[in-house]
Amino acid sequence: MSQAYKNDFLKEVEANVEDGHMVKMCMQCGVCAGSCPLGPHWEHSPQKIFMMIRAGKREEVLKSDSMWMCTSCYNCIVRCPRKLPITHIMHGLANYSHRLGLAPDKQPTREIAKLFWNNIVKTGRVNELTFSLAMYFKDGFGQGVKNAMAMQGIGLGLVKAKRLNPMEILGGHSCKDKSGIQKMVAKAREIEDRRRGLAK
Amino acid sequence: MAKKEYAYYPGCSSQKKASGDNFMRSIDVVCQKLDVQLNEIPDWNCCGASIGYGEGGELPRLVLSARNLALAEKNLPGQDMVSVCPACWLGSREAAERLHEIPGLMAEANEALKEAGLKLDGKVKARHFVEVLIEDVGFEAMKKPVVKSLEGLKMAGYVGCQTNRPFGIAGESFENPMYLDKMVEMVGAEPVKYDQKVTCCGGALAFSEPDKAQNQIRQIVESAYDHGAEMIVTPCQLCQANVEIYQSEINKKQGTKFNMPVVYYSQLMTIAYGGSAKDAGLDGQLIRAEKLEAIAGK
Repeated sequence: MSQAYKNDFLKEVEANVEDGHMVKMCMQCGVCAGSCPLGPHWEHSPQKIFMMIRAGKREEVLKSDSMWMCTSCYNCIVRCPRKLPITHIMHGLANYSHRLGLAPDKQPTREIAKLFWNNIVKTGRVNELTFSLAMYFKDGFGQGVKNAMAMQGIGLGLVKAKRLNPMEILGGHSCKDKSGIQKMVAKAREIEDRRRGLAK
Repeated sequence: MAKKEYAYYPGCSSQKKASGDNFMRSIDVVCQKLDVQLNEIPDWNCCGASIGYGEGGELPRLVLSARNLALAEKNLPGQDMVSVCPACWLGSREAAERLHEIPGLMAEANEALKEAGLKLDGKVKARHFVEVLIEDVGFEAMKKPVVKSLEGLKMAGYVGCQTNRPFGIAGESFENPMYLDKMVEMVGAEPVKYDQKVTCCGGALAFSEPDKAQNQIRQIVESAYDHGAEMIVTPCQLCQANVEIYQSEINKKQGTKFNMPVVYYSQLMTIAYGGSAKDAGLDGQLIRAEKLEAIAGK
């Protein structure tokens, strides 16, 4: 579907982005931009992104790291006078740009989102230890050792408080039906990709 | 009084030996005292949390919660599904509602669920444990087991985001919800007025954008100090972890001297109900809640 709509970015967003059909409802009031805790760090505020979508600025929107500033606080959703599910749309845009390969390389939230997802799909549950280590070491071994050293006080504190189990390194928490969960997630992705024209 | 029963799962952060292990211990005490029985959903899985959208998109993310709902329907029929974690609650309630609202989505979810040998009718209600306390138990019944007043303790009730938005607790405002303050009063402590009650702690961006998130955390802790709080109390595991754990980092980087304990509402209730510091999981604090421990030891 993305191919057919190359020239109409709004239609592409409506078809392929979570809650994208609501983008056209934005009345440009700016409450979202003013409500975001990370507001100053967005290259383009949600308000601006909605207008850019309507103006057909496909590359500028999808290559931006703006959507990755969302902390999922849902302030914008509850305040939007036009009831746009802004958080969902930002998540949807981030995911769509990531899946198209347009999202900025090395964008840290993009990277940890991927590490997190891989971590949970592996066993069905988060392994807090291997997830933390994967984050520290995402930029290579040297940087990983540095990161781990910087955080070792906190890590040891958590171990001492029995809130981090070093034995998690051996596998840790897991669902029984791991393979069922993996097949289920793969099927869901296949369905969604087919719907969005991302199927290979 | 008949026991109130619910289907439930602790979520990844509150399972045994995870970062919210101590939270769950205090929840167990509260349930015992209030005749609430939480029945664990067999083989529950992660909800995808707030960062699951990045790689998981919409349907793969929603089917994670759909699987939990389907397991609840199958194994614990007729019971509402309760989460103690705001992210779990958000994920399950979103799935429970959106799969009905968006045409075709329930059928797609069921096509995926079939791969895990499950089917969802979608009749289960996804609720937060705080809703159970307020709506099903009620403040009056919650107050009854109080044997020890936490008198004199000044608490900053920190509601944060996902217990409050986008769904929130019925009858409360998004900008200034009052139930947590009421719980603080219920155990005899004093809620302070401060301006960061519903500020975001940075959420998952505490990992990916530490400086930006720590700026949020600094505002929350600073405001609690400025308004005379001795402790922060929260219903959220991520709020608790972020606001407690990174105080030492902020001290290191910004020269502050933060040392503000961050506890859960259920830990306050456990102490007020006569439980020990250990029952309340206070041994799990990185920043010891000494004043609360002192009351527990009396």
